[in-house]
Amino acid sequence: MTNSEGQIAGLPAQSRTLHLSGRALGKSIFYLGGLIAAAAFALPFFWMVSTSLKSPPDVFISPPKWVPWPLQWQTYPEAWTFIPFFSYTINTLQIAIPSIIGVLFSCTLTAYGFARIRAWGRDVLFFICLSTMMIPWAVTMVPLFIIFKNLGWTGTYLPLIVPSFLGSAFYIFLLRQFFLTIPMELSDAARVDGCSELGIFSRIILPLSKPVLATVTLFEFNRVWSDYLAPLIFLTRQEHFTIALGLTYFLDRDRPLWNLAMAGNTMAIIPVIIVFVLAQRAFIEGITLTGIKG
Amino acid sequence: MAPGTKRFLTMLAFISPWIIGFLAFFVYPLLLSLYYSFTEYNLLQPSKWVGLQNYSNLTEDSHYLNAVGNTVYFVAFSVPLGVLTAFIIAFLLNQQLRLRVLLRMIFYIPIVVPISATAILWMWIFNSNWGLLNNLLALIGIQGPSWLGSPSWSKPSLIIMQLWLVGGSVLIFLAALQDVPRALYDAAMVDGANAIRRVWHVTIPMVTPAILFSLLTGMIAAFQTFANAWIMTDGGPIRSTEFYVLYLYDNGFRFFRMGYASAMAWILFGVVVVVTVILFRTSAGWVYYGGEG
Repeated sequence: MTNSEGQIAGLPAQSRTLHLSGRALGKSIFYLGGLIAAAAFALPFFWMVSTSLKSPPDVFISPPKWVPWPLQWQTYPEAWTFIPFFSYTINTLQIAIPSIIGVLFSCTLTAYGFARIRAWGRDVLFFICLSTMMIPWAVTMVPLFIIFKNLGWTGTYLPLIVPSFLGSAFYIFLLRQFFLTIPMELSDAARVDGCSELGIFSRIILPLSKPVLATVTLFEFNRVWSDYLAPLIFLTRQEHFTIALGLTYFLDRDRPLWNLAMAGNTMAIIPVIIVFVLAQRAFIEGITLTGIKG
Repeated sequence: MAPGTKRFLTMLAFISPWIIGFLAFFVYPLLLSLYYSFTEYNLLQPSKWVGLQNYSNLTEDSHYLNAVGNTVYFVAFSVPLGVLTAFIIAFLLNQQLRLRVLLRMIFYIPIVVPISATAILWMWIFNSNWGLLNNLLALIGIQGPSWLGSPSWSKPSLIIMQLWLVGGSVLIFLAALQDVPRALYDAAMVDGANAIRRVWHVTIPMVTPAILFSLLTGMIAAFQTFANAWIMTDGGPIRSTEFYVLYLYDNGFRFFRMGYASAMAWILFGVVVVVTVILFRTSAGWVYYGGEG
């Protein structure tokens, strides 16, 4: 990048070259700006990992050791047992796996109805479905708690799982957009051959929709893994807690053990980062789709 | 049966999971909480009708008014600053940079991280003696404030942390920027518009739909801000970060005043609806939908 700036300093007389190096200068400014912003965004993660590898006395010194040496890897097994990390992970998966099955079942069916069956009242219903995304969850959490309490479901995973089997506007929207891109002629041909709607859905549309089904799976996994408020309200016993809830136990003393807390944080973040890196495209397409057409 | 009726019933059958969910998890709870908002209800004794008592008590509840003020402060600063930050980052990334995929990932990863992990990480960043932020400030000779420990810095701290979570808007702006036709820039250049004028007269009008979307979703989320303050400050110090949903949660699940909490919920619902309608109404004046809408 210094090259292009060097070129400017030696200003060639020709205007064409001048124009080009102006562009190069502009581009290097963008590059620099982007890198600085990215460094600022990555710094908290660096700080987290750096702290997680410090010995207890090294945590509380200023100026800090940016790269602690030797690296204290044993903080990770210590954090793993400081809170029951394994059981919290299992608990979270016990919610995540049924929830994923639930949204895959309910949202594909609903999206199929909205995308591929032309019927009276469909667009109004779809509009209502979309507008539920705007309703703050905080507005329904009190009555939902009362409802689930009366059903005897609080303190179990049911309040966190059952709603997944009854649709979720965001995924319905995502799936509908995808189903709309599949040519209608495929369905028409199958209908002529006497195939039922359920047959078209399961034998034609679903097999063609693997990418979007993967996107929904990943989003739902991430949602359950990260959810805080709903488990906080509906789970009453500590042995049922999810990872997102359990992490706060690292703070449960007058002077938190920040190296352990950061090791716990790192372990809780690793699965979502792996999922995200593996499926970056699916994630980004999901987000952008809502932005453009939403 | 007429084919139209049959198609309608088939559609209903397919969307029935959502219809049941909509009735069970939106319509019924909303009506139930509307009813409870006119009652006194502590889960143990039967609910008692009190009319508008909860609503009129709210107008005199200084903790409630404080929570409203904190939330308005948070929304008013974090949302516009977040949209601006996201736009600038997307603008920087929209060039043909070699590392674009990696950079985009760095901006996006913070929002897939569990909010409780983010909150714990930022508590440590904001730590007044050994935190990252004050260590960096010390490098340039500034003694940083005590951030989350100070009533005047606690809200700005949470707003700074919120800027770390703009990755979703960055992606939406990036997609919008990529849809701006090259020809528009070329035409503006032929007309002699310099870089700044091209941004102001071409780029920004073309991304106004993304601005509207980011403002709207950002506001709805910011009105509900909870987990960060709940974990990091528990509303303190001196109630300076006691946001709306925090106070609602306290009333519902700490004091078991379900009627009072329901009245708060309905006011929040009303505010979100009104803000959404206002944004959409005024958007006709400033949002430009290009060819493809």
